[in-house]
Order: sequence, then C-alpha cells, then structure tokens
Amino acid sequence: MKPTDLKDPEYFHKVVDCQYACPAHTPVPEYIRMIALERYDDAYMINWESNVFPGVLGRTCDRPCEPACRRGRVEEEPVAICRLKRVAADMKGNVRDRIPQGPFPANGKKVALIGGGPASLTVARDLAPLGYEIHLFDEQKAGGGFMRSQIPAFRLPEQVLDEEVNYILDMGVHKHFNTYVSSMKEILAQDYDAVFVGTGAPRGKDLPKLPGRWDAKERVHIGIDWLASVAFEHTEKIGKKVIVVGGGNTAMDCCRTARRLGGTDVKVVVRSPFEEMKASPWEISDAQHEDIPILSCHNPKAFVTENGVLKGMMFQKVEAVYDDNGKRRLVPTDEPEVFIEADDVLLAIGQDNAFPWIEKDLGIEFGEWDMPVVDKVTFQSTLPKVFFGGDAAFGPENVITAVAHGHQAAVSIELFCQQSDVHQRPAPITNLYSQKMGIHEWSYDNGVVSDLRYQVPHANKEITLTNRKLEVELGFDMPTGYKEAMRCLNCDVQTVFQENRCIECDACVDVCPTSCITFTTNGEEDDLRQRLTMPANNPDQDLYVSDVLPTARVMVKDEDVCLHCGLCAERCPTSAWDMQKFLYNVSKASHVCPTEAV
Amino acid sequence: MSYKRPAFRHPDAAINEIGFHQKDYEGALSTLCAGCGHDSISAAIIQACFELSIPPHRIAKISGIGCSSKTPTYFLANSHGFNSVHGRMPSVATGAVMANKDLTYIGVSGDGDTASIGMGQFAHVVRRNLNMVYIVMNNGCYGLTKGQDSATADVGSSGKAGVPTMFSSIDLAGLALELGAGFVARSFSGDKNQLIPLIKAGISHDGFALIDVLSPCVTFNNTKSSTKSYTYVRDHMESTSIADFVPVKKEITASVQPGESKTIEMHDGSKISLSSIAEGWDPKDRLSAINAIHKASLEGEVLTGLLYIDAAQPPVHKLLNTVDAPLNSLQERDLVPSQEALEEINMGFR
Repeated sequence: MKPTDLKDPEYFHKVVDCQYACPAHTPVPEYIRMIALERYDDAYMINWESNVFPGVLGRTCDRPCEPACRRGRVEEEPVAICRLKRVAADMKGNVRDRIPQGPFPANGKKVALIGGGPASLTVARDLAPLGYEIHLFDEQKAGGGFMRSQIPAFRLPEQVLDEEVNYILDMGVHKHFNTYVSSMKEILAQDYDAVFVGTGAPRGKDLPKLPGRWDAKERVHIGIDWLASVAFEHTEKIGKKVIVVGGGNTAMDCCRTARRLGGTDVKVVVRSPFEEMKASPWEISDAQHEDIPILSCHNPKAFVTENGVLKGMMFQKVEAVYDDNGKRRLVPTDEPEVFIEADDVLLAIGQDNAFPWIEKDLGIEFGEWDMPVVDKVTFQSTLPKVFFGGDAAFGPENVITAVAHGHQAAVSIELFCQQSDVHQRPAPITNLYSQKMGIHEWSYDNGVVSDLRYQVPHANKEITLTNRKLEVELGFDMPTGYKEAMRCLNCDVQTVFQENRCIECDACVDVCPTSCITFTTNGEEDDLRQRLTMPANNPDQDLYVSDVLPTARVMVKDEDVCLHCGLCAERCPTSAWDMQKFLYNVSKASHVCPTEAV
Repeated sequence: MSYKRPAFRHPDAAINEIGFHQKDYEGALSTLCAGCGHDSISAAIIQACFELSIPPHRIAKISGIGCSSKTPTYFLANSHGFNSVHGRMPSVATGAVMANKDLTYIGVSGDGDTASIGMGQFAHVVRRNLNMVYIVMNNGCYGLTKGQDSATADVGSSGKAGVPTMFSSIDLAGLALELGAGFVARSFSGDKNQLIPLIKAGISHDGFALIDVLSPCVTFNNTKSSTKSYTYVRDHMESTSIADFVPVKKEITASVQPGESKTIEMHDGSKISLSSIAEGWDPKDRLSAINAIHKASLEGEVLTGLLYIDAAQPPVHKLLNTVDAPLNSLQERDLVPSQEALEEINMGFR
C-alpha cells in the first residue's frame, strides 16, 4: 500500500467516526471534552456553530453519530452523544453575547427563504451576519417548521425551540409568518438576488383507496397534520381507542401524543416486521414504555364504519419473504383477517414533497417523483438563483441533514451572489497540533474509563401522560453528564506517526491494548489486512501505513478499535508517535473569500 | 503519565485452550524507560505463556535486582512472584523448585545481576540443571544506576558516557555451555518471531534452559558506538536456524523452509522444528555450538537462535530422586516412617 497521505484532511476526519457520520460534521469529541471541563457555554457554542440547534437536536436528533461511535466497537454501547449535546444546552449560561448581533453592515444582497424550518433558518444564520437582507416566509405563526409542528412538546419544549429560533430571527431577519407563498413566479418577480426553498415534505401520505376511507373521514387523520393541529392547539382531544398506522418516528409521536389527549387504548399497527420498523429504537421503546402495543406484520385492508361512525379497521396478517437479492416482499398469510376497534385512526405512513406553488415554466426542472432537479453539492436548482435544501431537496430526512444542507446552500448563495463559480467551494478548515505537555503528559484526558452507558432519567409516566407539554426525558444532571462525557475516547486526538524518528523498538506494539499496530513488510491492502497482529476485518476502517523503515518494513495501524489512549506515544522513546488533535470544520458561507464583483 | 492500561482489548482477541485471554497473562503498565527492550521480552513471555495455555497461577516468576528484575511486575500478574536480592535469584529459585516440581519457573535476571554479583549463583544453578527457564535481559549496562558498563559489555563498545569498555566481556551463553547446560539459546528483544518459540521451547524443556536476550537500553546504551544497540544488533545478527516450537497436540504443518531442517523431540512430546540450519552447526553437538559462538564473535557478529539442546539430560529432580508431591502437601504420615519401617531400619543396624 502507499503511505497514508496525511495532507488529505478526509483521512483523519474519517477516524473521528461520530463527526464523520454527522451530516453537519459537528466536532463531537471537542464539545464533549468541554462538557467534562464544565465549560458548558463553550460546548454549546461549538455545537451552535456547527448544527445551529443544539437544544433541539440534543433532544430529537436522529443521531447518526451514535451507531458510528468507536465505543460501540470496543464495548457494547456508544457514547450518549445526543444526550450530552442536551447537557451543553441545559447547563449553559447566557450565550447571547457570543452569538452574532446585528445590525450587520449591509452587503446590498437580498435573499428570500421559503419555509421557516431548520434548513432555511441555517441559511439565515449563515448569511445574515454577512450583511444579507433576509426575508423568511412561512405559513405558520412562528419559525421552526416541522420542529414546531411535528415534534411533540413532551419531546421538545416550546421554549427550547423558541430560544434557538430567536437567536437567528433576532439577527435582523425579516419575518413573514402566516404567509403562504402560493407562487414562485411572484417571488422571482421581486428583486431577490437568490431564493432558497426549504419547505420540507409537507404532504402526509393517505390511504385514499382503502375501503371505507371516506365513510367516517372526520375520525381518520393524517398524522403530521394532526400533530400540527395539536401543536397549534386546534386539537385538544382524541377518542379512547386509537389506531396509529405506520412504523416511523411520526407514528411514535402520534401514538404518544394520542395517549396524552385521552387515548387510553392506543395501538401502533405496522406492515413491516418489528425489527424493520423505521422508527429509532429509542422512540419505539419510549412508546412501549407508555403502554402502547406495536402490532407488526399487519397490512391495512379496510376501515370499518357503521352508519357513518368509525368502528375500527381490518388488517391482513403478512409475513416478510426475501428474494436472493435480499429484497423484501410482504406476503399475506392464511390467518384470518384481524379486526381492531378504533374511535380514531392516525395515518403515519410517510410523507411526500409537494410543490404546487412552483410554476412549471420558470426554468426549475422537476425530475422523478416530481422532485426538483437539485445539485447534490451546491443545492442549486436548474434555475441558477434558486436553491433547495432540507426535505424539500431530496425527500424526507431529518433536522441535522436539513442543517447540513442549509450550510452548503448558504455557501452556494454567497458564491453565487459574488458571481463566483458555485462549484469552487472553500476547503474545510482543519488544524492538527500536538497535545504533548511534558514527557508523558497530554493536554487531553487520555485515560479510558470502563463505565457503561448511563441511562437518561425519565419523568414519572403517571404525570407526563396527563399533560402533553411535560417533557418526558429529564436529561443528565451535571455529575452524570461528566461521567458520560468521560466515556468519549477522544477519537479526534490522532495518533500521528513519523517514520524518520522510529527506531523500531516495538514499544508501541507491546503496549497497545487493542493490538492495532504491526510492523511488517508492505503488501496489497487485502493481504496486509490479514497479516496484522489482529486481522483488520472491518473494511470501513482505514489502515494507516507509513513509509518504508530501515528494516524494510512499514508500520501499519488498523484504525478500527484504536482507543486513542496515547500509550503508543507515551511508550515511544523517540516521539515517533505523537498525539495530535485534529479539528475539522465544514466550510461555511463566512469562509468564502470575498472577491471583487465583476 | 498513564499508570493504567485501558481495560478494553481487541474484540476479536482469541482465547487459549484453557479459556484465558492474553489479557489474563499481562501485568501492570511498565514504568521502565519508553522503548526499553525489556518490555518487548515481557510481551514475548506473555504471549508464550498464553499460547502454551499454562494456567497463570501455575507459574512462578523469580527475579533479582535491576531494570530486568523489575519486569515481572509487568507480566503474569496472576502468577506467583518473588523479587529477591541482587544476584540471588538462582538461590530463591532453587528453593522454590525443590519445594514444588509442579510449577513452571521463569527466572528473570539482567547482565549485572547474573554476570557480576550473581555469577557464582548462576554457575551452580546451571551445574545442577534446575528445572527453570533463566532469561537474561542483557543490555550491557547498569541502567538503573545511570548506565555504567556491565560485565557483558564488549571491549571497545561505549554507551552514552562515551568511554569504551576496557575489559573483556563474559558470554553467558558460552559460559552456560561450558558449565554443561542442556538448553542454551540467544535472542534479541526486537525479534519476537525468534524469541517467542525459544521461550516456549525453554519452558517445555525438562531442566535448566538459558535464554540470553540482547535487550537494548534506549537511555544509556543505544548509541552508535555500542554493540548492544537496536541498530548494531539488527545489522550483526546471525542465526543458527529458524526455530518453530510445536506443542504436543499440534501436528507439524509449518511450511518447509529452504536449507537443511531438523526436528527435535522434547521430553513431553512437543517438538522444536529447525529450518535454514547454519552450516557446520548441529543443535545436539555442544562443541559445534561453542565453535559457532566463537566464530561469530571473531567476525564481530552476534549469533542468535537455539544454540544447543540435549533434551535427555537428567534434571535436578531426577538426579536427586525427589518426591513428586509439593512439600507443602506432605503430611506427618508421609514424613515420619511407620513403626514397621523404623523397626526394619533398626534391624539393619543389629
């Protein structure tokens, strides 16, 4: 193999598994260390810079970082990264003075943001301090988009959302709430330099052709619309018996909200097998904890009504059959159909994008499934001044993905408004520097604790079920937050090897607890992976290969289960190994170098 | 400074035949200088004992004084240990071996501990063919007292102080051969592929086994002018053969190396397979071993590998016809002759 190119920032970025997996590439270990140091404001600001909504995400994020966490490969469970983010948000003091405050010197550019969700707000956050005049349009009465309308208050208290939305709106954003934009043509006719579409995926899927669907239609609700109606206090109660159809996170939010609005017998009914439900495992277990049974492998057959009154639903039992390619088919079984009683039915079977307000003759091309044609890197549509982001760009994802889109769209808008090429994007900002403090001392806590993952305490169910606004998860207290923070392995503190210093004494090989380091003759990657002290059987993780050493061997380090404990560097007599902190910040609009307008 | 090794090991780490992980053979985190050759020897002992599936509590490790003699803290934390007086490891080992022949004895000593203050002790333990592996961690200097030359430092070699050694050196392997040792080997801390099979073979050898391991002192004797530096040893290492240790239960499947090869059977049925055997050397011929050592020494080379083996040489227990049971398990009835036996003895004098 060729020696590893450390000049490529993506090599060490990939070693920081959590940060690499995060769509917004939040520097996770850096903020976790701040939490351990009780520097909550700093921890919050690192998050805020990167993911804009630390308090919201600390409660509701889909957490792609956690399955990626290295800790999950060396023991059972990953670090509770998401809940530590919440610790930063909960424990911080007043950070107002660290957030950019307007008025900002105007740059003469004007941008319209359609939709007030996380993607649009991120664009606003990135562009407002650069002097843009931002106009934000949303049909709701307040900003936040689906974070406000779809995430129930018992998971995300309104004041947490308000605080973080207001940090952005207070930057001098022109708010146009309660304003449904019904024509893109009208927007384009105005003098905006760029338009960003962050309208989400607002149309909940229905079962329009299912027998009986329209016979008692006032008791059959579209999940996301019903949640919004609850959030804006148009709906305050529901029948005792409720069926929630669907197995995603919206279904979990629907069933748990129904429990709080008078539903005593709430069931989730899903077509797929339980193991393949789309909802996050923790959301499923939270629902089960609230006495909500989940019936899997039930395919809806009909709504049952009597004299226009909903009585329940019929389901056919199915089983999952997989073909040779692993593709799933749900095949009906011979079992009799199942009738389940219901006063109300909530349909949470997915959601679609909908752009009825974008005229088809504007030059904004639409492709498959009526989705706009959007560049995956620049988020630019086929009409150069129009950009898409969040669920509106590529279909339903999650808040953190919307934020990541927002940052990149803001970069594009800044480039576009400077009349630069939107494909010439600024490089990420990286830094790599030694953590050596003394002969055997590091400026990070290199000890590895053996603590298992701490559980987040929940409020008493008897109480939370009576009030939909009472938050269920209580968050870690300071001591537990500290202990959980100490579980982080500091993967951003990299093991950096300098072959010209190595005397091949084997000290690093002998001391490495997880047998990551091998000195051997070079070879092709597949062969080399098998010749290591411990075969490197996780192809997702790279091998760090040095140049040739005096004995004609190379140093090979399997990054897979390195604990970043620093023992290799501590036991190295010549400092050929060093522990160096790698910071990686995704390029943002403020990193675009100003150019003279052409 | 880290004083504790993290508890986690590689998730795919194997277990041996008796259900232990290699972790169960480890010791505390070393406090020797970073890069010390001794740490590599400790690691080799850990791996050898793990791979031989010896229950850790059936091993006793005994040492004297010095950097080398500190190392038993850094391996086999679950084994018996005795950190004795300077140069007196052989005496303590003798007592332990005589008291219980069931344990595996690993003696750890250094060049100062063995070739100077403990020389008399060393000579006699070799003569008696005590059942133990005697590992010398040989760095040619007194590291613990700031690197003075030891008795194994070669003439003309100089360490960090820069003053070449004036006195001729003692070759412990050669001496052991003179004194009649039945297993003599030399190795290098930086070559575990060679060292680990030798330790395994030494442990399996019924009788005294000397392994003289060149182990560079990174702090005081890893200089360009030293003959015990990493670079010098690597550049001047010659080996008698490539040794592979084959435990009793495994069949020899090792790939055939070019050159002459030979298999030596040990008393317990395990085997040492030797390949790429050096010209003019026979592992069972003491004279050829002595010759080979001297020849290499004259050429400024360091001869490593298995130097001599006589698997049939009677160990001390056989020579003295000692009792099989550990002494602490002997009861009064085992020790005091019965009335009839006494009568019989007395009759012999009448």
